[in-house]
Formats: sequence, C-alpha cells, structure tokens
Amino acid sequence: MIADNPWIDAVVRTLLVVMLVIVVALILIWVERKVAGRIQMRLGPMVVGPYGLLQSVADAIKLLTKEDLRPASADRWVFELAPFVAFVPSLLTLMSLPFTAHLFVRNLELGLFYIVAVSGLSIVGLLMAGWGSANKYALLGAVRAAAQLISYEIPLVMAILAVAMVSGTLNLVEIVEGQGRVPYIVWQPLGFVIFIIATLAELYRNPFDIPTAESEIVGGPFIEYSGIRWSMFFFAEYVNVFMLSVLGSLVFLGGWNWPLGNEVGWPLQLVLIFAKTSAMLLVFMWLRVSLPRLRIDQLMSFCWQVLLPFSFLGIIINGLVLVYEWPDVLLGLFSGVAALIAGWAVYRGSRRAAPAQPWSSVPARGTN
Amino acid sequence: MTIERELETIDVSFNVGPQHPATHGVFRMVLTVDGEVVVELEPVIGYLHRGAEKLSENCDYRQAIGFQDRTEYLSQFNAELCYVIAVEKLMGLEVPERAEYIRVILTELNRIASHLMFMGAFSADLGVFGTLFMYAFRERERMQDLFEEISGDRMMYSYFRVGGLAWDVPEDFVERTRWVVQQVRQGIADIDGLLTKNEVLLARTRGIGVMNAEQSIDWGFSGPMLRAAGVRHDLRRAEPYSIYDRLEFDIPVGENGDVYDRYIVRLEEMRQSVRIVEQCLDQMPKDGPIVAPGLKRVLRPPAGEVYMRTENPRGEYGIYLVSKGTDKPYRLKIRSPSFCHLAALRNMVVGHYVADAVIILGSVDIVLCEVDR
Repeated sequence: MIADNPWIDAVVRTLLVVMLVIVVALILIWVERKVAGRIQMRLGPMVVGPYGLLQSVADAIKLLTKEDLRPASADRWVFELAPFVAFVPSLLTLMSLPFTAHLFVRNLELGLFYIVAVSGLSIVGLLMAGWGSANKYALLGAVRAAAQLISYEIPLVMAILAVAMVSGTLNLVEIVEGQGRVPYIVWQPLGFVIFIIATLAELYRNPFDIPTAESEIVGGPFIEYSGIRWSMFFFAEYVNVFMLSVLGSLVFLGGWNWPLGNEVGWPLQLVLIFAKTSAMLLVFMWLRVSLPRLRIDQLMSFCWQVLLPFSFLGIIINGLVLVYEWPDVLLGLFSGVAALIAGWAVYRGSRRAAPAQPWSSVPARGTN
Repeated sequence: MTIERELETIDVSFNVGPQHPATHGVFRMVLTVDGEVVVELEPVIGYLHRGAEKLSENCDYRQAIGFQDRTEYLSQFNAELCYVIAVEKLMGLEVPERAEYIRVILTELNRIASHLMFMGAFSADLGVFGTLFMYAFRERERMQDLFEEISGDRMMYSYFRVGGLAWDVPEDFVERTRWVVQQVRQGIADIDGLLTKNEVLLARTRGIGVMNAEQSIDWGFSGPMLRAAGVRHDLRRAEPYSIYDRLEFDIPVGENGDVYDRYIVRLEEMRQSVRIVEQCLDQMPKDGPIVAPGLKRVLRPPAGEVYMRTENPRGEYGIYLVSKGTDKPYRLKIRSPSFCHLAALRNMVVGHYVADAVIILGSVDIVLCEVDR
C-alpha cells in the first residue's frame, strides 16, 4: 500500500500508472521512429531536442492545435465518440497490469481474464469510426478490423490459457511468481510463438496491418480523423503495443524475476520488466519494418487453419503432461516440436506451386 | 410468426485515385466490390494529358528531345535514345563509337534506376514499411548523382543529341561508373535477400494477375510483362539497335506470367544490365569524337517517315516520325508500353481481392505521363 486510505491509494496508483504509460508511449513513438530509421539507413528524427528526443512532444502539440474536422455526411455522435471508445479500453487494461511485485493499481484474481476481455472492446471503437465516417475506405477498414481482431483473439486467449493451465492461476502476480526458476517460454515455446503472432494481429502491425493498409485503404477507419481525435487512436495503439508487450513479458518471459530465480528489490524489478518489455517491443518494430502485408483471406485462413489447431494442440499437450504428471521437461519438448512443425508447415505451404488461375469462379459483372 | 427475409448484399463502387498512394501518379480506377472481391474495374486515364506529341510537332528536332524526358520520366535516357535514333535513321547519320558506348551505358544504368523505382514502389504497395524503398533509393540516388554530374539535371537530362551527345562525359566517368555499378550490384543482392523468398511475398504474389503467353501477346504486352509470361522477346536481341549486337546478356523469362514472375524478371534484368554496363566500360574507346562530323546547326531531315522502337524498362517504346523536309517533325507519334498494359488491367484484376488490385497495378509499373502523353 502506498497510502493508508484505500481511496487515496487507488487514485495515487492510477495516476502513477497513467503517467507512466503516457511517458512510455511518447518515448515508444520516438524509439520506433529511431529504430525504423536505423534499419532503413536513415537517422530518424534529429532536429527537435537532442537526437530528436522531443519530436514526440512537438508532434503531440501539433496534433492538439490542429483543426478537428468532421465530414458533413458523417454520423455525428458515432464519429465523435469513436476515439474515446477505442481509447478507454486500452487504459482500462492497465488497471490490473502489474509492473513490479507491488506497482499496480489493483491486482485482480482474474487479472489475465480481465485484460483479455477488456482489450477486446476496442474493436467497437474501430467499427464506430468506420461506420461514422461515412467513407467507403473507412468502412472497408472497420470490417476488416472486426474480422481480424475477433479471429485472432481466440489463438491469443488459447496461448495465454496454456500458461494459466501450468501456473494454475489467472492472477498475474502469482503467474510471475510461478516463474521464479524457469520462465514459461521454456515450457511453452509454441504458446509464445502463437502469442507473438496473435499480438501482432491484435495490434494490426505488419504483416497484419490490413485494417489500416496504407497502400490500399489509406489508413482505414482513421481516414477522416484529424487532430486530437486521430491522435487518440494513435495513442491507444501505442498504449496497446506497450500493454501487450508487458503482458507477454509477464506471462512468458518471467516478468520481474532473474532467469534463475533470485529475489530482487523493486528498482531492479522495474529495470528487469522494462528490459524484457523492450526486447518484445524491438522484435515488433523489427518485424514491422521488414515484412510485407498479408491479404485478408490469407490472414483468416492462417488464423483458423494454422494458429487455432496448433494452439489447441498446445492445450492438449499441457493437459496430457499435467494429468499424468509427466516431468516438466516433456512439456517444453513436446511444445517445441509442435512449434517446429507449425513453422515447417507454413514454410512448405508458402512454397507449394501456385494455381494458375485461382479466382476464375467469380464472373465479371457489368458491361465492358 | 417468423419473418423470413433474405439478407441482401449490394456491390459497392468506390474510387481508387486520382489521389491515392497506390496509383503511382494521377490514375483513377473505379472499383466495384462485392465484399472484398473486385467484380468490376473501370480505369480512367487522361489526368496528365499535355499534348506532348502535338507540342513536339511545334518544336524543331533538337527541342523535341526534351519532351521525351517528360514523357518517360523514369527512364529518360531510354526514351531519348529511341527518339534520337529515329531521327538519325531518317537522316542516315553514323554516330561515333564512343558516343554509342556512352549512350548504352547511360541507358542501361537508367534501366536499373527505373527498375529500382519499381522495386521501391512495389514493395510499398505490398506493405513493406519503407525499408525496401530506402534500399532501392540508396542505389538509385548514386546513379542520379552520376547522371546529374554528366547532364546537369537530376530528372530531365536532355543529354543525347541527334548524331551523338550534348557534351563529353567527365574525365573520371569510367572509374565513377565502375564504382556505382559495384555498389548497385550489392544493392540488388540486398533487395533480393530481403524480399524474394519472403513467405508473405510468395503468398501474396504467386498466381495473382496471371496473363499467359497467348493473352499477353494478344493484349500487346511487351518488356518485362511479356517476358514474365515466358515469351523470350527482347528488342535489344530481336532487332539490335546501337551496339547491342556486340554485347552479351541473357533474357530472363518467367513461367506463369503472374505478379511474382514480373518481380523476378525485373530483378534479374537489373543484373543483366549491370553485366552490359561492365562490358561497355571495358570495350569503350578512351578518346574520340562524340558528335557525328558535319552536322548542321538546324536539322532538316529529308522527307520521309520512320518507326523506331527500343526496349525500355517498361517495354516497347516506339517513335513514329514523319518529316516533310522542314526543321520540325510533321508528325510525331509515341507508342507507349504502359498504355497497352493498362488496357489489360481490368482483365487481370477482376475476380481478385481489393488488396490484389493494388499490387497488380503496381506490377504493371506504369508511368502515367507516358500513358496520357
């Protein structure tokens, strides 16, 4: 407890976490631009502040002072409320996200369940944005987003569920404490791979940035937004990126523990959790700048035909090992083999000879 | 009581372009989609019509060179070459050997630059977050620097002249070009390594926008689009102009005529162009004139007509020229490859997804200035 009064305690903790996240999101945007710059042989932002550190702040000020445009044909209330509906769930998820053994707003018994459930709500915001904009690109993007985010929620939950089975709890602090000696990535490599892929899809980042596809539907649901409303979507995206990276490092990478389990004080815990989160973030950024985008039907079939069966396989492996009380080593072994098989299947599948004329079943309409 | 009502779906049409990141200029296509599947496509062109042919007919033969740059703004040397050869044919001019070699070197470098532009834009269509674009542009920039040093301009070179070149190249031309070519070779390997075997690229591009050999010929395809369908036809080999009959190079062809093959063919063509440039640098005479001797200040080709076609990065670029013996062309007609390719766009796209429409258009590698003229 930070303060004696539970109300003051809650307020202080909330403010701490929200401030932390705002600062982190601004830094994250800067880091992403720098990393992308380095990979693309550029310098990234260099002008505002030392090494462009204040670029995010300058951008935020610019966005705040921009005109808040609303298309004449837009559905007023849906259009104007959509950014909030998208933004609030991403903040709500932070309420039960522990950063160290003691730094959290509320450590819920069902923390994992709560986070997954609440983060799914942001789809509503995207759908509202797409519908309210009265723009066909936006509508197309929103429908894509809905299909994609709902589909990928399932393998994401399954991957997390695999960990919950091993740890026997949904309380995030207890899950981390369960990884005192060995982080769950060792026992659940398959779950981790599925988690990373599903997370990329949840965050609609490359190669799954189909809802916003810049070169096709030009930003998708956000096309008509400007100024502060657009930046709320943007901000929500980065908060989500941060949140899911923290979640990944809590659930799979051992959170604030040393790899071989030594009790550490809270400053070191904070350093450890941020180091692990940064590793996840850098992987996301690296993938973002180097992969082309999938197509919507390929995305869906990848989810339902590859990720979902393999995530069920992970659960079955867990169930067998836990019920018959086989040694933990088998858990990692089976899961690792399954992950390799999944990778091999994707590799083979993408190199199969392509059909000569795959879409001929759709007849052309109209005259010409 | 139950009310049964069938769910009705309607086709939605929407504009892609003229201002859209995927249309590479001011091209507009009206897509009619059933969900995500394109059922109808109507290309709309003409936003960039400048009357380049008519304008050329009001300029003398030297001034008209500039319009070729503006028509083919990604492979300017190639277009200039086609035009100057046409006029030379009309006049029966012999071009000095050194000028021929310099022309071919610049033309092939320009082909690489144009294909690099394709790589960058195509990868952006595919959704690579700018990385390949920067890789491609790093190499393209080296060549642009070289072109700027030679011609004085980064885009509108106007460097070739009827009968030769405007002025001689800088003294360190051979060394600089060798260095540039070496860098470009590495750059091509980088692009190859980043994209060619990528699973997402394979999934996205294979079997998409297929045009087989027969259809390609029927639609008047040429260049990489035709070769991707497996037709081994290259004007540099089929009817060699300039000094191409002395040079060794392969003609890469694809198998299926899909978007992937078009990408592979262009990638391989860049390697072949590097080969050609290196041969030219070895064979090039160190000294010598760069303009045909005894040329008048004002060119008055004898009355007659000529059709010249060259292998441009985008395909067969043709100039039809009619002279009445005056100092201005009586008629100048440009045959542009992108126009023919764009005509087949509807047949390639219909039945595919919206996302595919974008990459099929990207794989055509259009230059709108050349389509609209």
